[in-house]
Amino acid sequence: MNRLITKLPIRSMMGAALKNQSRMMSGSVGIKPLLSLTEDELAMKETVAKFAQEQIKPLVAKMDEEHKMDEGLVRKLFENGFMGIEADPEYGGSGCNFLTMMIVVEELSKVDPAVAALVDIHSTLVVNLLNDLGTKAQKEKYLTKICTEHTASFALSEPSSGSDAFALKTAAKKDGNHYILNGTKMWISNSDLSGTFIIMANADPSKGYKGITAFIVERDMEGFTVGKKEKKLGICASGTCMLHLDNVRVPEENILGEFGKGYAYSASILNEGRIGIAAQMVGCAQGAFDATMPYLLERKQFGKEIYSFQGMQYQVAEVASEIEAARLMYYNAARMKENGMPFTKEAAMAKYIASEVAQKATVRCVDWMGGVGFTKDFPQEKFYRDCKIGAIYEGTSNMQLSTIAKLLRKEYES
Amino acid sequence: MSRVLVGVKRVIDYAVKIRVKPDKSGVVTEGVKHSMNPFDEIAVEEAVKMKEKKLASEVIALSVGPPQSQETLRTALAMGVDRGIHIEISGKDYEMLQPIHISKMFAKIAQDEKCDLIVLGKQAIDDDSNQTAQMTAAVLDWPQAVFASAVEKTDGGLKVVREIDGGLETITTKLPAVVSADLRLNIPRYATLPNIMKAKKKPIKKLSAADVGVDIKPRIEVISVEDPPIRQAGSIVPDIDTLVSKLKEAGHVK
Repeated sequence: MNRLITKLPIRSMMGAALKNQSRMMSGSVGIKPLLSLTEDELAMKETVAKFAQEQIKPLVAKMDEEHKMDEGLVRKLFENGFMGIEADPEYGGSGCNFLTMMIVVEELSKVDPAVAALVDIHSTLVVNLLNDLGTKAQKEKYLTKICTEHTASFALSEPSSGSDAFALKTAAKKDGNHYILNGTKMWISNSDLSGTFIIMANADPSKGYKGITAFIVERDMEGFTVGKKEKKLGICASGTCMLHLDNVRVPEENILGEFGKGYAYSASILNEGRIGIAAQMVGCAQGAFDATMPYLLERKQFGKEIYSFQGMQYQVAEVASEIEAARLMYYNAARMKENGMPFTKEAAMAKYIASEVAQKATVRCVDWMGGVGFTKDFPQEKFYRDCKIGAIYEGTSNMQLSTIAKLLRKEYES
Repeated sequence: MSRVLVGVKRVIDYAVKIRVKPDKSGVVTEGVKHSMNPFDEIAVEEAVKMKEKKLASEVIALSVGPPQSQETLRTALAMGVDRGIHIEISGKDYEMLQPIHISKMFAKIAQDEKCDLIVLGKQAIDDDSNQTAQMTAAVLDWPQAVFASAVEKTDGGLKVVREIDGGLETITTKLPAVVSADLRLNIPRYATLPNIMKAKKKPIKKLSAADVGVDIKPRIEVISVEDPPIRQAGSIVPDIDTLVSKLKEAGHVK
């Protein structure tokens, strides 16, 4: 490298040296910018963005007010292949990579974080679990259905166990070649619509959390009831209900993966899911921001556009920078996962930061819109309400911080 | 069953604000979002629908343009087209291409590929020429059915409803023929995500202008490209008499 630098004219030395340095270090002609997408990923991004603008946007306000997903829209999500993005094409999926899934979530979230939640939770928590762990018979019976017909739900939380997930009480008692499930699940997204559920139940309480097993349960199994929808602050169209299991007989073949490994599967799938929530939050922030900028350039007060006030410019630039940072974090976590690297810390950081950024961005957007930002005629108030869930579900911000702290200790202890 | 040739052009996206280059030689295209010409999307949709109804055995998409035109072909493939052909022409050569050149290329490809139906968008949203379909038909000496808002297969050929200034005109034509798609012909489908992945495996044949034996020497010279004049404000007049006298003053009415 030194030889190279002395050969260069002094003037261009610095710039060229830096360029050559990165060339030497990466061993290729420069690593691409972190937000670079492959041709396929870009094609997907544009398709979803177009679909969201044309098909979802007109329905957003109505769905939010009625606390209900439009049935026609859900069908279109299936028809356009959004519901099995990473799954094997043999079972009706699209066989795409993880980042594609994340980009889809972000693009959907820019228009409606509730629709993004439906797609993300369905895809990252259930489709991926079934795709990765399902036996051929299970995939044939369930995976195709959830990629092409009806939504799916992942049931871990209960009224008395949220963050302390493995203290769950739902029990599974062996009875011949069936298991009898009893218990209650809470905060289960998509459950108003779902036909297939993955339920975490403890089939051997003597082993503590190592008895937790994943069961595939069908909506119409006897004893299984879906409770009424929660009335929520945000992502109202995404149905969140309690599940009641009253002596539900589930055949042995419906155990997903290995007996007693449910806790491990949950932890690992929620790890990935975390990145999805980060993507959703970035989309929420970006959607609010994109809806607000035109107004700032148009609205005049004191004889000029409100964007021409330096105070406004500083606030706007701050928010834009934070959204960019959050996006880079989730992209990187996603690429790490794709490359088979451990990504738990990065995923937790991405979710934590993205949910904080979204909260700040949406508050600011409402501020910048002034009075009209406070009304339902403009989209900012919905984004403001929708983003709150980011810091809560799939692991609260405090839990993320705990995880990060644990991993940091490991890094520095050795 | 027909073999259908569809034309797809890569144009600046309809939603982009067009800016004229400072040197007045053209519009800014660098770094600007491009997409498939909207009328071409309608043409592709119609051809794919024909294949689904088993009225066509194969749909081939042709695009003439720079390397990025391949992306437009991929979109067509993702919508259901079977294979693509890309005649690669870039830079100044591409900027000077006119319907006269394109129509000859379409004619040659249609003959080589033994197509008996060509479906094009009625015009491209960048040059608004509305000439390629008509010229292609003339080169091939085929009948043309342009501004189609409905196309039906009949025993002898096609029945086409055309949108014309006076209303709707229905014509029948034998095959082979050239059809150009108007806005109301259909609503183009979205390329579903699985189809976008499948499109990667569909073939795109690359050709040059020389391969199709078409002389692309420019027939025109662009002297200057300018913004349209800024619209002047109008004024509200109190009554018809004032309106008439103002029109007379400005010389619009004698």
